[in-house]
Amino acid sequence: MTTTEKKRIDRQTMCNRLAMEFEDGWVANLGVGMPTLCSNYEYADKDIVFQSENGLIGYGPLAAKGEEHPNLVNAGVQYVTMKPGASILHHADSFTVIRGGYVDVTVLGAYEVAENGDFANWKTLGRKGGGIGGAMDLAVGAKRVWLALEHTTRDGHPRLLNRCKLPVTAVNVVSRVVTDLGLFDITPDGFLLREIAPGFTPEEVQELTEAKLTISPDLKEFYGA
Amino acid sequence: MKNKVLSTFDEAVADIPDGASIMVGGFGPPGLPQNLLAALIRQGATDLTIITNRGDQTNAKANTGHLVELRRVKKVCCAFSASPHPSQRNLFEELNESGELEAELMPQGTLVERMRAAAAGIGAFYTRASVGTELAEHKETRVIDGKEYVLEYPLPADYAFIRAHTSDTYGNLQYELTQRNFNPIMAMAAKCTLVEIEGDIVELGGMDPNQVHTPGIFVDRVVKIPPPPEGLWTLPSDRRA
Repeated sequence: MTTTEKKRIDRQTMCNRLAMEFEDGWVANLGVGMPTLCSNYEYADKDIVFQSENGLIGYGPLAAKGEEHPNLVNAGVQYVTMKPGASILHHADSFTVIRGGYVDVTVLGAYEVAENGDFANWKTLGRKGGGIGGAMDLAVGAKRVWLALEHTTRDGHPRLLNRCKLPVTAVNVVSRVVTDLGLFDITPDGFLLREIAPGFTPEEVQELTEAKLTISPDLKEFYGA
Repeated sequence: MKNKVLSTFDEAVADIPDGASIMVGGFGPPGLPQNLLAALIRQGATDLTIITNRGDQTNAKANTGHLVELRRVKKVCCAFSASPHPSQRNLFEELNESGELEAELMPQGTLVERMRAAAAGIGAFYTRASVGTELAEHKETRVIDGKEYVLEYPLPADYAFIRAHTSDTYGNLQYELTQRNFNPIMAMAAKCTLVEIEGDIVELGGMDPNQVHTPGIFVDRVVKIPPPPEGLWTLPSDRRA
């Protein structure tokens, strides 16, 4: 039996894996940072409408250098382009889109996620302030809340927990998580490992995870890794 | 209809007293009222309450973070009270931690809906945002149709500073693309709304009523942004200057 080399999944491949689950016609909101990589995925014949908190529906790729429009940014304050059919809203209407359930999926970054679907992404330990932005509204308003995060902290501590240790962003909302070690669904029984990074065993992933993992009976190697 | 056009930003901000509450529009550079902020910095009012998406920004020629650095802000109502990366700690965060500056942090959708409630004469509203979080501690909650909601109150202000693209002399406004963001809501929520205009200020009848985004009844003072270097323009490339 050959041994596959252990390979953690890179960020673009992590985000591609979530992006390929998007369905034709979905309205998607991507959080600042790693989740914006979902917009690089080649959606082929699927038409995905990207929505941004600052009141922009139907934005396209980043604007080329020198081609930026001074009054056209996304929620990460990146200068973007618009697809034909784009529209502009003011902030109150934009959060009507978000809280009113018109967003089919939001992909957010996180510091921690718990097996009950709680997650934390706005405040770190020892800091009085935090950065919420639209995350708390998205977390309760979007039809699906998916997370993209590294499996462990820089010091090697697990981020997939029994219960969040940091102040939570929302409770019981996350349904899917991608990390550099695998793809997980959150079910009533907690984390279900569906796909695993090349060369890793479920036992090794469990060792780097605080919460008890359920291993899918048809566990696969991480698609695209 | 009243002519609300003033010729200078200094004139527009002259009466703002110490202790005023000011909404500051914009999301990133688009819609940010840099010229009104620069005039307020010159004017000297202090002990201010600033209501804005994030109050720590200094990445424009004049921004709310500059007022914070001058120690002229006592409170900020915002959706970001710390930078996403601990490595980017700034003075805003230090003053908040030492208690010199009060930061009232809330979800962005709650921030704008509280403004909208103030504008619309709504006494309070229930939202699902922040349910189960530390922000909802000590707040009234209610279960409606099986779901828990948090009670939030209106957030009014004495002044709003915003930027728009075009206006007429009555202050009917049109925004360009994502310049709109918080600005129409702030214009409605504040007692006195000041607007800086990038494009033309046209005569009455010069704007198509179908294309007015903020009716002039919500606007008190408009000033056209002069060309640089006197006027402060929007990054990254200033194609209109």
